[in-house]
Amino acid sequence: MSEVFVAERDVVIPGEKLADGMDFLPGENTYRDNSGIYSRVLGIVGLSGRVLKITPLAGPYVPRIGDRIIAKVFDITMSGWRVDTNTAYSALLNVRDATTRFIKKEEDLTQIIAIGEYVVVNITNVTSQNLIDVSMRGPDLCKVEGGRIMSINSMKVPRVIGKAGSMIQLLKEKTGCDITVGQNGLIWVRGTAEGEYKAERAIKFIEAKSHLDGLTERVQALLN
Amino acid sequence: MIIINTETIKGLAKDGKRMDLRGMLEYRSPISIDLDISFTAEGSAKVTMGDTVVIAGVKLSIEKTYGDTPDEGGITVNAELLPLSSSEYESGPPGIKAVELARVIDRGIRESKAIDLKKLCVKPGEKAWFITVDIISINDAGNLFDAAGLAALAALRTARFPVVDEKGVIDYKHKTDVKIPIVKEPLPVTVYKVNGQLMVDLTVAEEKAAESRLTVGCDAHGVISALQKGGTTPLSAVEIGHILDIAIEKSSFLRGVLDKFVKA
Repeated sequence: MSEVFVAERDVVIPGEKLADGMDFLPGENTYRDNSGIYSRVLGIVGLSGRVLKITPLAGPYVPRIGDRIIAKVFDITMSGWRVDTNTAYSALLNVRDATTRFIKKEEDLTQIIAIGEYVVVNITNVTSQNLIDVSMRGPDLCKVEGGRIMSINSMKVPRVIGKAGSMIQLLKEKTGCDITVGQNGLIWVRGTAEGEYKAERAIKFIEAKSHLDGLTERVQALLN
Repeated sequence: MIIINTETIKGLAKDGKRMDLRGMLEYRSPISIDLDISFTAEGSAKVTMGDTVVIAGVKLSIEKTYGDTPDEGGITVNAELLPLSSSEYESGPPGIKAVELARVIDRGIRESKAIDLKKLCVKPGEKAWFITVDIISINDAGNLFDAAGLAALAALRTARFPVVDEKGVIDYKHKTDVKIPIVKEPLPVTVYKVNGQLMVDLTVAEEKAAESRLTVGCDAHGVISALQKGGTTPLSAVEIGHILDIAIEKSSFLRGVLDKFVKA
């Protein structure tokens, strides 16, 4: 007989036995050992029919093609900038992906983006060796100017955005700030000093309480 | 990855504002002190100042006296910045920041003659008590100087001498009621200059945006015993005057916190 040991939204730790028997299937972040299904990460259980999956509570950001991230420039090369993506690997931003303007060969690249500045970029390519290419050409992609950057656990990014962007919409409305969320956990908030602080506090609150029910209502209460 | 918002911090500082909406001369709250966190130390304290957490421990031992001060004991201060407390710190020998932290705290206590070292003497020219204060950062969220100074003094206040038998062997498992002879209580206050404005209790990001700083050690009567200047830009005489006024005012605030948590 098959048996399940956990309930929906339970917090589990790596190696914890979730279910026993062949009637259940291992989903994301779980594995099967003999007849048991075990968790691979620290996270929250999701039960959909016979499939068990875990939504991780913590973990590193893994770069994916198409993700919008916020990165920090730490080096300038002949043909572009090296940026820190808040992962184990740095990325390359080529000159031709950074601006639509024609850049002369002898032009000083620090005049365009200096070391230490942040950029909002899209990941265009990730090789098997984890060489990352990013691009600043596209809607809403730009150099970070003004406002403040904050960092959260990248696993909480979906919570900050919310279902169909509901949470981020709430934050923008209540604080009057413009908010850009990078998939790597860096968030750019810009508005008045008071609004930025309010938004920062709310985002930290979401990060801390993301596993609780009724998160949107709680955030609403915090912002009012 | 430490997030720095230098331009924003500088821009706000110009208008007398801060990222977390604190006043320029306002400490993070709550500040709390936990005592006797280590059972092997003779005295220990943990200071929590916002997100910054620092612990300090006091060890007492009987050593041979120094040749030039045969009737005095001694004090040494060590600081260790754990790699776990900030992504900037590495394990290994102490770096420049750890050395500076230890020296600033040491100077505050030593130069104010805070401890009556003559009372630590057991047998002139032969044996005396020596105090070792160890400061360890648990989480560096800025303003380690002030937090460490507070922790060191709290640990010294709570320290009790261990039992010594007739042969002079120390029994560290049992403590007497004898306190360390503290005569003055110097507390360091670090005032930073950011974009021409003075502020206290900075976060890490704010420290990165600061141009210069002055750590002032002063006792309950406002007597200044130690100074330490840091940063790249100079401070004018007028600015130093302002800084000293701020430091004396803020040290009495920190002293209030110390008195609240630790009995003198």
